[in-house]
Amino acid sequence: MTYNLEIVAKYLPFLLLGVGVTFRFTVMGFFLGSFLGLSLALGRISKNPVLRLPCLWYIDFIRGTPLLAQVYLIHFGLPQVFGYRPVGSVDALVALTLNCAAYVAEIWRGGIESIERGQMEAARSLGMTYGLSMRFVILPQAFRRVIPPMGNEFIALLKESSLVSVIGLEDLMMKANMMAGRSFRPFEAYFTVALIYLALTLTFARLVGRLEGRLSSGHG
Amino acid sequence: MVTVRQLHKSFGSLHVLKGIDLEVAKGHVVVIIGPSGSGKSTLLRCVNYLEVPTSGSIAVDGVRLEDPATNINKVRQAVGMVFQQFNLFPHRTSLQNVTLAPLKVLGMRPKEAEELGMELLAKVGLAEKRDQYPDQISGGQKQRVAIARALAMRPKLMLFDEPTSALDPEMIGEVLAVMKQLALDGMTMIVVSHEMGFAREVADRVMLLADGLFVEEGPPSEFFGRPKHDRTKAFLSKIL
Repeated sequence: MTYNLEIVAKYLPFLLLGVGVTFRFTVMGFFLGSFLGLSLALGRISKNPVLRLPCLWYIDFIRGTPLLAQVYLIHFGLPQVFGYRPVGSVDALVALTLNCAAYVAEIWRGGIESIERGQMEAARSLGMTYGLSMRFVILPQAFRRVIPPMGNEFIALLKESSLVSVIGLEDLMMKANMMAGRSFRPFEAYFTVALIYLALTLTFARLVGRLEGRLSSGHG
Repeated sequence: MVTVRQLHKSFGSLHVLKGIDLEVAKGHVVVIIGPSGSGKSTLLRCVNYLEVPTSGSIAVDGVRLEDPATNINKVRQAVGMVFQQFNLFPHRTSLQNVTLAPLKVLGMRPKEAEELGMELLAKVGLAEKRDQYPDQISGGQKQRVAIARALAMRPKLMLFDEPTSALDPEMIGEVLAVMKQLALDGMTMIVVSHEMGFAREVADRVMLLADGLFVEEGPPSEFFGRPKHDRTKAFLSKIL
């Protein structure tokens, strides 16, 4: 077993081109997914079943099915029904966003439900509406508590984004596939790409840890 | 100011309030005592609709709460509530706790809200704690900030739900002093509390609630001096 550093050095710039794509899609998917996820969480905890049930079904569907199946469904399955032209980059972003949103929704729900009932009661007793109470009393407090799991979700999404290579997106994983094909050195290709993913996830884990430390020294 | 008629409240099969009638006139202070689980807190929480009654009617300042046309948020603006566990907003300073509702509900200007907030913090003796967060002040101070916060909406009625029960003994006095001053200022108050000294001194009327019904009521001198019912005598002998 050898790990040929010359091969690695030759292809490293090529692989690193994929980091940008992976990073961009992860960040965009996470950003859009976070907003959608918060909306889903608010729907999920609503007393109104017309809001709650669709959100619940959506979250269960996404969390109960593989991301790969969702990617195929969006890229190959739904175009047949709705007649749109599948575009790899768009479909990849949509899939990552929709997937991320369901997990983020559960994170927010947990954060919101972890705030003591008395906080909502105190806000409502002042004459604040449910919406105002959520916005100015509950969500700011929940926000601190969701930061660590949101960091984990970001890291999970970074890894899972490798699946969108199956619809032709030239992300880090796709670059590794291409490197393996061109160099006939699959071990170097896949081991190197694994190390790059590891470096990325460890970096973000440390960033999240620091952010967490800074926030926990604050109030609330 | 407050009229409660035949109020019933059940939680599932648990019948907590069993036909409560209560009348509180403007400027009066009513102290409600009773054994734990008798429904005191539930009654108080029905008056601002944190709990929705199972049946019966409640009117605050002439507004019927059970009327579907009533805007409950509007009613709550006129009804301040102070909780046993303070429920201060931990992410906001003392001043920000007080100004939040005036800013967001009344749309008050920041400068005006700050003036109001400082006036109220001064009233409860905590002007110098304006920039402290709840976890930086004592329990008694928290409860005084909570009172200032409730007063910020200029309520016509104040509800106190065991405001000193979660406090260390040496801090009870400072909170009761603020409440007493409030009563002297003419605030209408319903107080659930076992502070008998406060009840004797400040209350216009003391009421004993037991098993979901009022057993006895009267001015403090009569209530404590010549209780009529055995239930009242038994309860008083336990707590005095």
